[in-house]
Amino acid sequence: MSWQLPRLATAALAAAAALTVSISAAMAQPAPIKIGILHSLSGTMAISETTLKDAMLMLIEEQNEKGGLLGRPLEAVVVDPASDWPLFAERARGLLENDQVDVIFGCWTSVSRKSVLPVVEELNGLLFYPVQYEGEESSRNVFYTGAAPNQQAIPAVEYLMSEDGGGAERFVLLGTDYVYPRTTNRILRAFLNGKGVTDADIMESYTPFGHSDWQTIVAEVKEFSAQGKQTAIVSTINGDANVPFYKELSNQGIDAADLPVVAFSVGEEELSGIDTSDLVGHLAAWNYFMSVDTPENDSFIASWHQFTGNDRRVTNDPMEAHYIGFNMWAQAVEQAGTTEVDAVRQAMYGQQVKNLTGGVAVMNTNHHLSKPVLIGEIQADGQFETVWETDGVVKGAAWSPYIPESAKLTADWTYPWVCGGCETPKYAITN
Amino acid sequence: MVLFRLIAIALALAGLHAGAARADAFDEALTGVRGGYAQVTRGAEALAATGDPRAVDVLNALSEGRLYTAPDDGPIGIGTEQGGDIRLVDPRDGSELGVFGSRDVERIRVNNRVRGAVTAAMGRLQLSSPDPGQRRAAVDGIVREPSPEAAEQLRAAIEREQDTGVRGAMTFALAQIELQTGDREQKLAAIETMKASTDPQARAALGAVSAATAEGAPGADAELHEAAEDAIASVDRTREWLNLLLNIYQGISLGSILLLAALGLAITFGVMGVINMAHGEMIMLGAYTAFVVQQVFRAYAPGAMELYLLAAVPAAFLVSGAAGIAIEQSVIRFLYKRPLETLLATWGISLMLQQAVRLIFGATNQQVANPSWMSGGIEILGGVFLTYNRLIIIVFCLIVLAVIALVLRFSTFGLQMRAVVQNRDMARTMGINTARVDALTFGLGSGVAGMAGAALSQIGNVSPNLGTQYIVDSFLVVVFGGVGQLAGTLTGAMGLGIVNKLLEPYAGAVLGKVLVLVGIILFIQFRPRGLFVLKGRAAEA
Repeated sequence: MSWQLPRLATAALAAAAALTVSISAAMAQPAPIKIGILHSLSGTMAISETTLKDAMLMLIEEQNEKGGLLGRPLEAVVVDPASDWPLFAERARGLLENDQVDVIFGCWTSVSRKSVLPVVEELNGLLFYPVQYEGEESSRNVFYTGAAPNQQAIPAVEYLMSEDGGGAERFVLLGTDYVYPRTTNRILRAFLNGKGVTDADIMESYTPFGHSDWQTIVAEVKEFSAQGKQTAIVSTINGDANVPFYKELSNQGIDAADLPVVAFSVGEEELSGIDTSDLVGHLAAWNYFMSVDTPENDSFIASWHQFTGNDRRVTNDPMEAHYIGFNMWAQAVEQAGTTEVDAVRQAMYGQQVKNLTGGVAVMNTNHHLSKPVLIGEIQADGQFETVWETDGVVKGAAWSPYIPESAKLTADWTYPWVCGGCETPKYAITN
Repeated sequence: MVLFRLIAIALALAGLHAGAARADAFDEALTGVRGGYAQVTRGAEALAATGDPRAVDVLNALSEGRLYTAPDDGPIGIGTEQGGDIRLVDPRDGSELGVFGSRDVERIRVNNRVRGAVTAAMGRLQLSSPDPGQRRAAVDGIVREPSPEAAEQLRAAIEREQDTGVRGAMTFALAQIELQTGDREQKLAAIETMKASTDPQARAALGAVSAATAEGAPGADAELHEAAEDAIASVDRTREWLNLLLNIYQGISLGSILLLAALGLAITFGVMGVINMAHGEMIMLGAYTAFVVQQVFRAYAPGAMELYLLAAVPAAFLVSGAAGIAIEQSVIRFLYKRPLETLLATWGISLMLQQAVRLIFGATNQQVANPSWMSGGIEILGGVFLTYNRLIIIVFCLIVLAVIALVLRFSTFGLQMRAVVQNRDMARTMGINTARVDALTFGLGSGVAGMAGAALSQIGNVSPNLGTQYIVDSFLVVVFGGVGQLAGTLTGAMGLGIVNKLLEPYAGAVLGKVLVLVGIILFIQFRPRGLFVLKGRAAEA
């Protein structure tokens, strides 16, 4: 019976929370709209995810100051899945069944999202997932506000191969050993092969989560890059392992002009733990950089500093994804006049929110956003300077055309497709 | 682009005869450094081609992002920040252009392409710089754009060069360039030079020659081809040995980190029999102490920043040691002889410490900067690069080990500690205050973990869950080496480190780690007490 304990504890906590809310909010208030926040506040991913929890709390507070939604106040329900993937599923179930939340914002790693997926599909919940990922997925119950591979990995590699990017001909694919890097690198390898890069010119290497001893791998990469052709490193290293990786790079004297690293999982937050003066010129590809100079971004940063009470806190891409996702959801709720999941989902398609970096993000019927792609170089102050960006927005593709099995698939949740991954139109939801 | 450069060179040559013309060339080249990345690249190349000494400052400023255009497409100036504003100086005559708001002036933006071109351009300009470091960097720049003129310049520079290291680099660079642009005789000589080199670039350059001169290729030349193939075989043989040695060195380096992490545990677990799950958090406290000391230095003694680490190590020892004694006094001393309960209690403490640090410092990484004497590294042979932080940690680790061994062997406290370990009751009968010895021993183990944390902050993350990254490795080392033996801990750590690094190039980092783990499990099956077994009556019990 021990499995009941956490749920009992959650229920007790929820009851206590509900009690305090009902006492303070008096009887006149209408029932609040509940928003579940499912981000690790402890464990190895806490570094990245705690910030997203704070960002969501800020967005909810701002919305409440504007009078909430549908005349009802918003209430955050924060849980801590502790970087433990099965716990993500359990907490998501708790949020939907016990707390009866109307929507969930959460997850970072792909394994956590894959754990939550069956739960939100079974209970018909709604999850907003804010992080760039490997694609190859489109669920009726998930809106993907981070980048798909065609909005990050492919443009980044195209840039590296261009004259401005150094004209790379050899590639080192370094990643953490789990589904996101492996799938991304599979797509990249197929893409590179299509561009005439042979397998002999691609080195691929994986390391465990939290890997800290990079001497051997960096030395191997140096040797690989010394063999005549311009080389670039594509990094899908996630989380804690990045700090020792970048330290080793700068200590071994790797110069970004000779051997640039383009990272897909390193943003301002991760860099704030590293001395970046020796890393100037290394790259990252995202849909947002804190350094982008637009009025929307300025006011977002200002309210973030005010909310956290710390004017040195940085902002990053997944925060912008939450900002876009939250505002789209709020608009969809207003438009649908209800928080009921099926109605909100229908109202989501075509929703538009201004990006913080300029342009307008649009939610497509494959549950992915259209967003601009930016490539930035690390500066000595830990910020990125944009060196390249797409002319307009790029539509996120759920299925990669570079993997043969998925090239045939379409994701579209409007008539006549109504399906997240099928080859021929389907008229009803199959599951 | 070629035409532009020719014009610039012609202007520069003219400048040798007429100072005025030279000034014009510089002025003209300077105005070209603006626009898109491609234009800026061309401008930088033209500027370097003038050969004007003032170009060095401009190019340096450009690659550091300190080159600005004055308002309204005015002249180009080198900027320095001044309280949020930018003060511009005209590089042509050093005159002041004025102080502007950062939004009024336009920064000339650079990317990797521009920086790479600037490095190459600087190569020619700085080949006769008085600073050997700059001459060395100049060599790297020159290799980027090989040409017969570059080879000529290098030959002249080799004649002048006094520094053997730089001279070696120049000779190697010259060989690289001659392999591409030289005549047949020069190529043969270059192959001979390359043969003795261990640099992976040599292997690549020789490979290119071999392919270009092979039978059937447009530049087929049997003699050259054979010489290149011969040299490749020789380089490969040397590199094989070198890689083995390098792997062993990296193994020792990893081992020293394992040893540092495990030493404190070897004392508390090995000597006292306490399974201290909060050991990792003692390491974390040490790392955060280093961070705090760094912040204190930054605020109150910025001039002595380079030395903050020397203060951080003893501070970390004291902080973690004090925390260790507090834990021993408040919790563990009630739980001796009940290992399972100590395990649970210390695990709880570890969670509390993590959360406390998260509340005080936040969940995100803290930035602990390497002092300059710990950043960078030294290339001892072509392609063999040793980083200073690892070298220093190896030395530091050996010093700590030696000090602990001496304390245990020669100090009164060490004697009492060993007596308590061997027979607690007898020791107490002899008048030793065993409770005090226990507290101090736990303090010593925790303090050593703290020092390890200060050292580890130099290579990895400083985050609230830093401790959990090292706790498993620490237990592996102590159990593998044999409980209660410093020699066992040393052998265990070095053994694991070296085996891990020898496996990594073949099996990959993930599989390598798994193999090591499986190996240890098998080993423990056959020798449950580890490599070194403590002898004595108490140990047998």
